[in-house]
Amino acid sequence: MKRYLFPGVVLVLAYPLLAAGYPVWERLGALVLLAAIGASAWNIVGGYAGQVSVGHAVFFGFGAYSAVVVYTHLGWPPIAGAPIGMLLSVAVAAVIGVPTLRLSGHYFSMATIAVAELVRVLSSTSEFLGGAQGLTGPAMPRTVFDLSFLSATPFYYIFLAVLAFLLGLTWWIERGRMGFYLRAIKDSERAARSLGVSAGRYKLYAYMLSGAFTSLAGSLYLCMFGFVDPESGFGILISVKMVVMAALGGAGQLFGPLVGALILVPLEELSNSYLGGRGAGLTFVVYGAIIVIIARFLPSGLLSLFERRSAKPAAKSEIASGHAD
Amino acid sequence: MTLVQVIVSGLLLGAVYALFSSGLTLIWGMMNVVNFAHGDFVMLGMYTAVVIWTALGGGPFAAVPAAAIVIATLGVLSYFLLVRHIMRGPMLAQILGTFGLALFLRYAAFWTFGADFKTLPDTLIGGSFTLGGIRFEGSRVLAGVGGLLITLLLHLILTRTSVGSRMLAVSEDATAAQLMGIRPQRMQALAWAMAGAATGIAGALIATFFYTSPTVGETLAILAFVTVSFGGFGSVLGALVAGLIIGVVESLSAYLIGPVYKDVVVYVLFVLVLWFRPQGLMGKA
Repeated sequence: MKRYLFPGVVLVLAYPLLAAGYPVWERLGALVLLAAIGASAWNIVGGYAGQVSVGHAVFFGFGAYSAVVVYTHLGWPPIAGAPIGMLLSVAVAAVIGVPTLRLSGHYFSMATIAVAELVRVLSSTSEFLGGAQGLTGPAMPRTVFDLSFLSATPFYYIFLAVLAFLLGLTWWIERGRMGFYLRAIKDSERAARSLGVSAGRYKLYAYMLSGAFTSLAGSLYLCMFGFVDPESGFGILISVKMVVMAALGGAGQLFGPLVGALILVPLEELSNSYLGGRGAGLTFVVYGAIIVIIARFLPSGLLSLFERRSAKPAAKSEIASGHAD
Repeated sequence: MTLVQVIVSGLLLGAVYALFSSGLTLIWGMMNVVNFAHGDFVMLGMYTAVVIWTALGGGPFAAVPAAAIVIATLGVLSYFLLVRHIMRGPMLAQILGTFGLALFLRYAAFWTFGADFKTLPDTLIGGSFTLGGIRFEGSRVLAGVGGLLITLLLHLILTRTSVGSRMLAVSEDATAAQLMGIRPQRMQALAWAMAGAATGIAGALIATFFYTSPTVGETLAILAFVTVSFGGFGSVLGALVAGLIIGVVESLSAYLIGPVYKDVVVYVLFVLVLWFRPQGLMGKA
């Protein structure tokens, strides 16, 4: 993987220059990074710790609504709501996580779906959150802090900085004590417990951290789109997309979610902007088929392709390839 | 009397929930796979009924069996082409694969039938009648009673017949079952066929009183997930009890608190059940 890193970084930094003048492509770059932030945040608890949450839209929605609420009710720039959303999400993660993380496997997934749906329905009945119509951010930029730009390029670099920070943090966790604990819990919670890992506590830490960054993704989403309603904030599709992107690239791997986003977001966006209408139906048929085919032939995600190849000669990465649970 | 009316309509609705959840719980219990495309199986059952009923002029007695056959075939195909290969992989591969299948089916329906809502003409089973002061709608009674009977039938097949025992054997230990002369793949394919047939019938019954659209599966899938986790995975009887409880709770809370809050009450109830009984009402620990 390492030899792809340098050209990859150069390409990522220079992408807006290549896309300059083509709004569709400028936007696409920013959207890929935004989706990658959400999916990478999910990856901490869903990939590394193996706790497959299908309700991360709760945090995404909290982030998006925090950003728009500070604007609507206080007149602050939306981005000021981001730290508030992150703090709230950590608290919410604790409230949700303590009961649900006791559940295992599919039960945890189902519980997180139910909680997210509960929050979605509640949000659509709340006057404060604009009910089913949702809330709209600033229509005209007042200061530069409103983050309202003509092109998507500034967002691209903001998202890139956030993603780089998040991936750096994940990398640091992965190599440290917590990373080993999380992988141990994923492989066998009972074994991890018997070796003295306080599994409950570390799952909760991972869940809270994951929730905080998912919330940040939500706030950034609001800054770019300026609008959120219960469906685009808390909808099940938001949660499922994070799972699918991470799983497609390779869950529990640093760059897995980014790879997933690189494939799924362009597929979705380009079909929307170039086809639209009835054509969009057909492209989503292809989209679904591609996901099915990858799940069928590469159940551990696309990155497992590279891993297998690089692991063969020296059999060096035993940890990385040994999670066929 | 209105309260009784509310409870009765809740029970009728609950029986339909039970039926369309029983396919999901059967698959879940049989091979520990959660089918994220389940809602879209129901959706296709609804479309099959609509097409047979209206376009081809088949009427309900052709529509219900047709939906059962079509969705059972779809289930078996999904099993052989996809699920068989991903069921031993990581849980994420299951979500990825079945969600991809869901998207595929949903947009195939969108592309074929368009996005607009379709409803069935309410000729044969339309109208309503009053019995003991309670008003019954024909289509809902048909759907509720049909749901109840077929869910019970499924339960009896699984618990009282030799095919049911063989399926149970495979779900408990496929290797041991194989040593006893049972072919696990055949039993699992049969489970998909049975689950598909139940799901198809559920779709045809729902289509008699609910709008049919390509995205209707999403709403139904969430309800099915809740019903199944509530009832306990793998238990058709559990799905039946949970379905009835959810139907009644929904109707009661819509009547007593307000229609907007019926889902809130159901989800809160669900979270409480998971807290106190993580394995669900009838699940094994």
